[in-house]
Amino acid sequence: MEAVMTPTNQSVATRILVVDDSRVVRKVARRILEEAGYDVAEAGDGAQALAQCHVTLPDVVLLDWNMPVMNGIDCLRGLRRDFGPDEPSVILCTTENGADFIVSAIEAGAQEYIMKPFDDAILIGKLEQLGLTGRRQ
Amino acid sequence: MTSFEEIATLVKSRSGLTLGPDKTYLLETRLEAIARRLGVAGYEALAPLLRHDRLLQAEVVEALTTNETLFFRDTRPFDHVRTVGVPRLLAGRPGNAPLRVWSAAASTGQEAYSLAMLFSEMGAALCGRAVQILGTDIARIPLARAREGLYSQFEVQRGLPARMLVKYFRKEDESWRLIKPIRDMVEFREWNLLSDAGSLGRFDIIFCRNVLIYFDPPTKSRVLEMLTARLVPGGLLFLGAAESVTGLTSSLRPVGGEHFVFEVPRVAATVG
Ligand SMILES: C[S@@+](CC[C@H](N)C(=O)[O-])C[C@H]1O[C@@H](n2cnc3c(N)ncnc32)[C@H](O)[C@@H]1O
Repeated sequence: MEAVMTPTNQSVATRILVVDDSRVVRKVARRILEEAGYDVAEAGDGAQALAQCHVTLPDVVLLDWNMPVMNGIDCLRGLRRDFGPDEPSVILCTTENGADFIVSAIEAGAQEYIMKPFDDAILIGKLEQLGLTGRRQ
Repeated sequence: MTSFEEIATLVKSRSGLTLGPDKTYLLETRLEAIARRLGVAGYEALAPLLRHDRLLQAEVVEALTTNETLFFRDTRPFDHVRTVGVPRLLAGRPGNAPLRVWSAAASTGQEAYSLAMLFSEMGAALCGRAVQILGTDIARIPLARAREGLYSQFEVQRGLPARMLVKYFRKEDESWRLIKPIRDMVEFREWNLLSDAGSLGRFDIIFCRNVLIYFDPPTKSRVLEMLTARLVPGGLLFLGAAESVTGLTSSLRPVGGEHFVFEVPRVAATVG
């Protein structure tokens, strides 16, 4: 195996995997995140997301709660089973904000949650709260 | 004097807030509602009405304050309190006097309550020491909100870890209210930073963040001297990320090379 470190894989930018079945939501998230200097990858459902994490583990997964094929909570459980409790950080995105919902999300291993629809301030604010700033900031 | 100058002078003498000539838009937008209520055309017409009306003056000052804030703003000051500040203060002052903490530009209360949650999380690390937190601000409406301890979904999403939200808040319709033990740790009071704060006593920790930026250098110096005088020996003063003491006071120096936390150096403390 060629263990060469190319400049690209030495990149220090925080890598974020955006998981949502809506292309529009993924596009909005990508624009916000790239503008703030984060590296962005996308997945259209939980199963794809899990598979992609096995290839390249991102720093953060921005995970939609309601998705076909594999929903957010199952994907989250899969991530915790395969990669442990801390990696990657998971921010669940949802239209729910009941205390019970948030408690169950945390118990399932999410670090944070944000309400949909989100904007720049909310998304970047959450990442910074987790100590993850974009490269160009 | 133009109406703008007259209002700017009044606001500065009452609050320290400095309005440069580029801030006419601020008067236009922020004072519009007051002018409309009084049935006068625009902020210019407010100037004569303000001359002898203290209540209206206070209302105008309040309308020109910026009350933007969030939970655990900038995070690092809060980490510093937990990991460095409190252990140092407890070691320096044995006994069981309560730790006194002042959030000196408290706005809607997020800073004071972040500190309350932080101390609550520290538990045993406080060695049984009680904590009293005072939150003050010149603006009454934000203070009334602070006392309620009720925040919108948007506000609890900013800066507040989800884990703390579910631990320290209860949902009320679409908002979230801090639980009583946390609310009870904080007292809110109307207070002007330009006044002599002797009657407030001394504090182990003072947070005075994101308010000096609105003052001119002489006012900054004056407020920094006042805050310095309110610190117990070894006490810590936290300023906002964009604020510093350089060129404003010689009584304070940064702690451990950090740019947001200051103390009175030992020598100066004993001489002064
Ligand atoms: C931007 S907020 C800062 C809130 C919080 N400390 C933070 O950093 O997030 C500034 C606050 O300072 C208050 N303020 C302005 N002038 C003041 C004065 N002379 N005395 C007391 N408070 C003042 C305003 O009313 C406003 O709520």
